[in-house]
Amino acid sequence: MSFLSYLINGLSLGSVYAIIALGYTMVYGIAKMLNFAHGDVIMIGCYVVFTLMSQYGVHPGISILAAILICTCLGVVIEKIAYKPLRGANSLAVLITAIGVSYFLQNLALLIFGADTKSFTSVVNMPPLHLAGGKLTISAVTIVTVLSCIVIMIALMLFIRKTRAGQAMLAVSEDRDAAQLMGVNVNGTISLTFAIGSGLAAIAGILLCSAYPTLSPYTGAMPGIKAFTAAVFGGIGSIPGAFVGGLVLGIIEILGRAYISSQLSDAIVFAVLILVLLIKPTGLLGKPIQEKV
Amino acid sequence: MKKLLSMALALVLAVGCLTACGGGSGDKGGSSDTFRIGGIGPATGAAAIYGNAVKYGTQIAVDEINEAGGLNGYQIEYDFQDDVHDAEKSVNAYNTLKDWGMDMLVGTVTTAPCLAVADKTVQDNMFTITPSASSPDVLMGDNVFQVCFTDPNQGSKSAEYISENKLATKVGIIYDSSDVYSDGIRAKFVETAKSLNLEVVSEAAFTADSKTDFQTQLKQAQDAGADLVFLPIYYTEASIILKQANDMGYAPKFFGVDGMDGILTVENFDTSLAEGVMLLTPFAADSEDEAVKSFVTKYQEAYKEIPNQFAADAYDAVYAIKAAAEKAEITPEMTYSEISDAMKAAMVEINIKGLTGGDEGLKWEATGEVNKQPKAVIIQGGKYVSME
Amino acid sequence: MKTGIKNMKKEVRGQLITYGLVIGVFIIVQVMLSLGMISNLMQGLLVPLCTYSIVAVALNLCVGYLGELSLGHAGFMCVGAFSSAFFTKCTMTTGLNENVRFFLALLVGTLTAALFGYLIGIPVLRLRGDYLAIVTLAFGEIIKNVINVLYIGRDSAGFHFGMKDETSLGLGEDGEVLVNGAKGIMRTPHQSTFTIGVILLLISLFVCFQLVNSRSGRAIMAIRDNRIAAESVGIPITKYKLLAFTISAAIAGIGGVLYAHNLSTLTAQPANFGYNMSIMILVFVVLGGMGSFRGSVIAAVLLTMLPEILRGLADYRMLIYAIVLIAMMLFNWSPKLIEFRKKFIADVFKKKEKEAA
Repeated sequence: MSFLSYLINGLSLGSVYAIIALGYTMVYGIAKMLNFAHGDVIMIGCYVVFTLMSQYGVHPGISILAAILICTCLGVVIEKIAYKPLRGANSLAVLITAIGVSYFLQNLALLIFGADTKSFTSVVNMPPLHLAGGKLTISAVTIVTVLSCIVIMIALMLFIRKTRAGQAMLAVSEDRDAAQLMGVNVNGTISLTFAIGSGLAAIAGILLCSAYPTLSPYTGAMPGIKAFTAAVFGGIGSIPGAFVGGLVLGIIEILGRAYISSQLSDAIVFAVLILVLLIKPTGLLGKPIQEKV
Repeated sequence: MKKLLSMALALVLAVGCLTACGGGSGDKGGSSDTFRIGGIGPATGAAAIYGNAVKYGTQIAVDEINEAGGLNGYQIEYDFQDDVHDAEKSVNAYNTLKDWGMDMLVGTVTTAPCLAVADKTVQDNMFTITPSASSPDVLMGDNVFQVCFTDPNQGSKSAEYISENKLATKVGIIYDSSDVYSDGIRAKFVETAKSLNLEVVSEAAFTADSKTDFQTQLKQAQDAGADLVFLPIYYTEASIILKQANDMGYAPKFFGVDGMDGILTVENFDTSLAEGVMLLTPFAADSEDEAVKSFVTKYQEAYKEIPNQFAADAYDAVYAIKAAAEKAEITPEMTYSEISDAMKAAMVEINIKGLTGGDEGLKWEATGEVNKQPKAVIIQGGKYVSME
Repeated sequence: MKTGIKNMKKEVRGQLITYGLVIGVFIIVQVMLSLGMISNLMQGLLVPLCTYSIVAVALNLCVGYLGELSLGHAGFMCVGAFSSAFFTKCTMTTGLNENVRFFLALLVGTLTAALFGYLIGIPVLRLRGDYLAIVTLAFGEIIKNVINVLYIGRDSAGFHFGMKDETSLGLGEDGEVLVNGAKGIMRTPHQSTFTIGVILLLISLFVCFQLVNSRSGRAIMAIRDNRIAAESVGIPITKYKLLAFTISAAIAGIGGVLYAHNLSTLTAQPANFGYNMSIMILVFVVLGGMGSFRGSVIAAVLLTMLPEILRGLADYRMLIYAIVLIAMMLFNWSPKLIEFRKKFIADVFKKKEKEAA
């Protein structure tokens, strides 16, 4: 029974990683850049919800919508100001700029909201589920997190397969120049990707803070890097890969901590990651890299 | 051409640096009509919450003293430098303050950077009083003093308290293995518990890199049958632990140390979760004590937050300086080394009431360790209630 | 053939400028030090500046020449730092001459880092691009995590190892804890000086320049530019990749040794040996220009000094730092800005020429 409950904890943590990783992987697929500021967009989303809900008493649903809207705009603005001028430059240059943006957002939040930790009120207000005669408890947040993760993944896949904009994204990610020649609006598509990715970040942030209810300017940093790991683990650029990668990472983290060593849980996660990548060098569901001479 | 421009940019920046540094070095002597007290701690980064508390607490004490006529008749200037909770940056901050003409140091806030800075202050013979770096290793020289309890002291006191009052027979521990403070208390607690026949049934760690989810650690304590969970950690993580334990339906007794103080003031925290939590703390923000009340009011007016024990310890550090400075009759004309010599002799003779001293007040040993009694409190109805 | 000689000369000239720059700065600083013109802050910064310059040079070898993105160089720094500090700590009571001891510690640190680089390089270098980056990041984090739970003590019976705590080491009465988990290694002597730092920086630069201008260096660059083509002309890919990666790790280890002997306590915290530090070093490399060792040194110096200089801004310090970093990146890398700058300079020069005529 303990094992099951650990597994559920892992699923819950993993789903949060997965939603963050979806944002990472989408942006990577289209813009070919690692957006290290993604974790900090999450944090901004949490602060928006926190401020609206706890300080102005706005309805959770409206707060969430506002957070998604603000994060979407933020994502687009960041892309326009910091990343777009570097299009065509080395991808590492964009990576470093993203780190600059990440520092900027963290320190901006520090100035506006202060360093002290806030306790985040869960947006999910339902009683936990008791199974097996009360031996197994699943909190409502866990259920909501896992479900929204699945819904978001399916919606994203449908969006990419079925809509024109989604097809344009696919085209840009395959070959940007060719897509442009075929009349795809590359800049618009990239902006759209950032918009969706950042909107997802807002949702991920709200779920993260609902499950683990503290909020500080650095809340997004560590989950961000873990989600990045998860995205690579699943095969970066692949949407189902990010989902699987996130879940597996969360489960390994929790099971490693429970059964092997709680002090070494970080090392265990990373060791498994290395092993998997050595066996499958492009991640769990990543496309094999084709090399041309 | 690109290189040329980069070089030009570099040059401009370098010139900027040199002028900035030049400004710093011109002021080496310090001033002769004011005391300059420096502070070091994290003002940015994940530990900023502690650094800011110390910064604000010190500021309030300094303002009070200045208003009341100053230190031995001289005004105090106060400058706080950020170290991002990193040893190397902390030394940079210390050197910046030396350039500014610092006479005495209130800092540093966190233990690992404090070890590096204390090493420098011992070499320089700069009077140092740390509000919150709690490892006994910080006390490297006779010029370094501490306002908080040492980690081993807290560990053994907690174990003794739990055992004497028969609070539990089986204890689980959740601690931060990457944090010197938390690990230090845990180690001593386990050692003392062994000699007191208190059974430690589970020791579960987390690290600075994975401190979002604690359900695993809680589950382990639950499965091991712990009826009390000892939390030698800070209140940020403790607030998640209490929430998750509640969600799990696990309700052991929780016992914390001074790092737990502040949990009731976390913005938007549901204080009913902390009902029945016990902790050893020298400071309670809702105490009826006049000095504490006045401090809390001023702090809230100025910074819109309720002070925690870091702020209170910093406040006491400044008043300790005041008491010792009056006894030692120091003046700003003296060099920092002369001040330090006079102060360390005076420190062992003073006894101040302080915010964290309880009824007996604060006294210092020549080693730099503070003599004060931790008070056991229990949280009831969202307030600390004394357990005696 | 002629162009070949010309190129050679240009390379040699570039190297000499770099050495000259470092030595020049060193001499200026020494003169200013003897005149008492340098603030305490700058004096304290001198060794860290050397440390980060060395590590930036090391990473540039890996990123700029080998073309592999490593996010784990802080890990190699960490290995170098801890192994050398451990050695120093062990031999402190043996009465060994201080300078000999430091030299040996330097060797120990460098070789251990090289060994780790080699061992990690074997599996890791099979991977490509971002996968390689994430695996190096993972190794860095593992190293940090393991050191945080490592306890080593010594008594008359020999060394004791443990992963739990001090007491579980079971030390005798005369025992001494050398590596103390999260507390790390305490009370190491200060032996890093600016002079030593500059010498080590010059050695690191020399090694890197020699390597990239040698036959092996050309092979390494060929692999970077086109792996398949390089393989098809018979260049042993793995061997050269490992060579560059190991040397890069060893030099990062030198930086670690310098770091360890500059502070009295050595702990493995996220701030000094975590992925944040690896990324910071990468920032130096990219800002300074990939493939330019001189650029790495300049960027490392500037960006390490920048937050210290901005201290006057108090609360806005790190915010301004972030903005400056973004601005510098855009200025240095934006294709449009580069074009604009080129035009601008061309115009200015044309005008001058006209005026001169």
